[in-house]
Amino acid sequence: MTRPADIVSPGSGASQAPKRKQRFLPNLFRTTAFKLTAIYLVIFALFAGFVLGYVAWNAKRLLDDQIRSTIDAEIQGLAEQQRLGGIRRLVNIIERRSRGPGASLYLVTTPVGERLAGNVEALQPGALDRPGESEIEYSRSSDALDTPSRAIVRVFMLPGGFRLLVGRDLEERDRLGVVIRRAAGWSLLLVFVLGCFASWFVARRVLKRIDDMTDTAQTIMAGDLKGRLAISGTGDELDRLALNLNAMLDRIGELMAGMQEVSDNIAHDLKTPLTRLRNRAEEALRTAQSPDELRGALDASIDEADNLIRVFNALLMIARLETGRINDSMAELDLSEVVSGLAELYEPLAEEAGLEIVTEVTPNLRVSGNRELIGQALANLIDNALKYGKPTGDAVPVVRVAAGVVGEQIELTVADHGPGIPEADRGRVLERFVRLDQSRSKPGFGLGLSLAAGVVRLHGGLIRLEDNAPGLRVVMLLPEAPRKPVETAGEGALPASTAQANPAGLQSV
Amino acid sequence: MRLLIVEDDAEAAAYLVKAFREAGHVADHAADGLQGYAMAEGGGYDVLVVDRMLPRLDGLSLIRSLREQNDATPALILSALAQVDDRVKGLRAGGDDYLPKPYAFSELLARVEVLSRRRAAPASEPTTYRVGDLVLDRLAHRVTRGDSEIPLQPREFRLLEYLMKHAGQVVTRTMLLENVWDYHFDPQTNVIDVHVSRLRSKVDKGFEHPMIHTIRGAGYMVRDTTR
Repeated sequence: MTRPADIVSPGSGASQAPKRKQRFLPNLFRTTAFKLTAIYLVIFALFAGFVLGYVAWNAKRLLDDQIRSTIDAEIQGLAEQQRLGGIRRLVNIIERRSRGPGASLYLVTTPVGERLAGNVEALQPGALDRPGESEIEYSRSSDALDTPSRAIVRVFMLPGGFRLLVGRDLEERDRLGVVIRRAAGWSLLLVFVLGCFASWFVARRVLKRIDDMTDTAQTIMAGDLKGRLAISGTGDELDRLALNLNAMLDRIGELMAGMQEVSDNIAHDLKTPLTRLRNRAEEALRTAQSPDELRGALDASIDEADNLIRVFNALLMIARLETGRINDSMAELDLSEVVSGLAELYEPLAEEAGLEIVTEVTPNLRVSGNRELIGQALANLIDNALKYGKPTGDAVPVVRVAAGVVGEQIELTVADHGPGIPEADRGRVLERFVRLDQSRSKPGFGLGLSLAAGVVRLHGGLIRLEDNAPGLRVVMLLPEAPRKPVETAGEGALPASTAQANPAGLQSV
Repeated sequence: MRLLIVEDDAEAAAYLVKAFREAGHVADHAADGLQGYAMAEGGGYDVLVVDRMLPRLDGLSLIRSLREQNDATPALILSALAQVDDRVKGLRAGGDDYLPKPYAFSELLARVEVLSRRRAAPASEPTTYRVGDLVLDRLAHRVTRGDSEIPLQPREFRLLEYLMKHAGQVVTRTMLLENVWDYHFDPQTNVIDVHVSRLRSKVDKGFEHPMIHTIRGAGYMVRDTTR
């Protein structure tokens, strides 16, 4: 592979303008595909080397064994001849055999080293002095003295000081070694070339897809929120990643649409009272005849502003509940006390509305939570029940507020016998600013239930709107706080008894 | 009553100073936390009104530093932060009361007056509150007006107790909700009014001079009008 010149130039790669063609090769060396390929290359090369080395070593051993057994056989035959016919016969046989072609070597010498017969012209000095087997260099003819061959030989002492050398040329074995070495070279080269090619191919394919994904992500970030990553259809890791990222983008899109809707709602539901406020001030300015009239208009404006502040507070609270970050102020609290206290607080109001609050509260229900948030949620529900829960028919004018244990959860119920909420609308009324047409004539902003739902979610609970046949039953399920053996002191009494001018509430932390 | 208002927004501060002066109090102004600390340390104030977010030294640190100097001047924290546990943080830092922005001035005034009165009050609470011919015995849990005993529910008793403790002072609906019921949230409706009107029907009905007065745009006050 050739490397473009810009590889060596400093600053190539990351700092380079992100044009794919330019950054492709420099980046190749940083890709996972490349690193993996390099590792595999080394492993394969080592493996190939090991296999070839093993084969070569075994082949050499096998050949050596063969050579040795041939030599042994020849020596045995020659020894037999010598035993039968003495030196003379041996020399004759060797002369005869020496003339034949083949890899066999023979040499018979006198005790002083003079050659009697054989096809060996020159020998490594001292080769004949050691009886037994050795590997030596030799020449077959006088004109090949410069290029000695190698052989395995065995030297044998004959009676009378004669020496017999029988051997076999190693050219065959050496040739095999050359073949194996060449095979090793070729296979290494092949492994390398194939590896490089595979790495290049894989890296190019994968990199290209990743670069495509990066480009798509960039266009999405630049504002094209409808953009989605391409799916190749192979179902591989990149496809799975792209599918998940697309799902994430869909979810973000949904959330953004939701946010858009909420801010539209906020704009509408805050602008309406603001416009009212403005109109009222303007009208007073235009038409008021006396200071008293002006004063009345100003009072009404302040009421309107207070209402706006309450909407703001409720909205802010809901937003904060949704981010779920008030864990600091969570504490174990006596829910029974909160429920009874609230029912008592609203009791005169209920009476004024011609309703009766009936409580069924199991004592000492403990939950881990924020007393004020849970109180606010419950207050919203009771307030709703008092506002909308007046029976139209002959049902009992009762608002039932109950708290008890159901399984491992604490169930809080506020139920009325009013007109209720149609099943189709029950999910919707939990959303911000949703008010059903029947309730439009009553005061309110459509935030009470959303806030209650937010509080319940924050406490890891569940809110359900059910049919009270007739009427509405709102059920809040909160996880029960793990029971502690030690009773918290002073919790049994109503906390208001501790509330002096010094603002209370610290004990709820 | 001498007040120190520590508030960095000049317009809000000017409004507060003016309003407190109109209510008959002496009000000084500090524009940042350090100045406020220096002025408060000089002493002589009955109540501090401290904004939570101030340049140079934030409101909570200011109060904490004063408390470390054993300066117990009552402090009310004003805050635009509306975190659920914000009030608790303010009280932990040594604040005596907490009011989220935006607030009604009548609410602030009522709370500040209660704070200043608390400072002047004797350390131990009297066992009996007496306003005109209305007498509340805290130990016996008995309320009498003239010669007749007025039977009250426990919560009504606490409501009257709080009103009588602050007799002659305006007590707002929020203050009642916080101190009599220990609730620090928006009850959505005028629940307190209904409770007070119930109490009033027991305490004032049939008597020539009412004791429980509605202060328009602010709250309630128990006061003897015969004198």
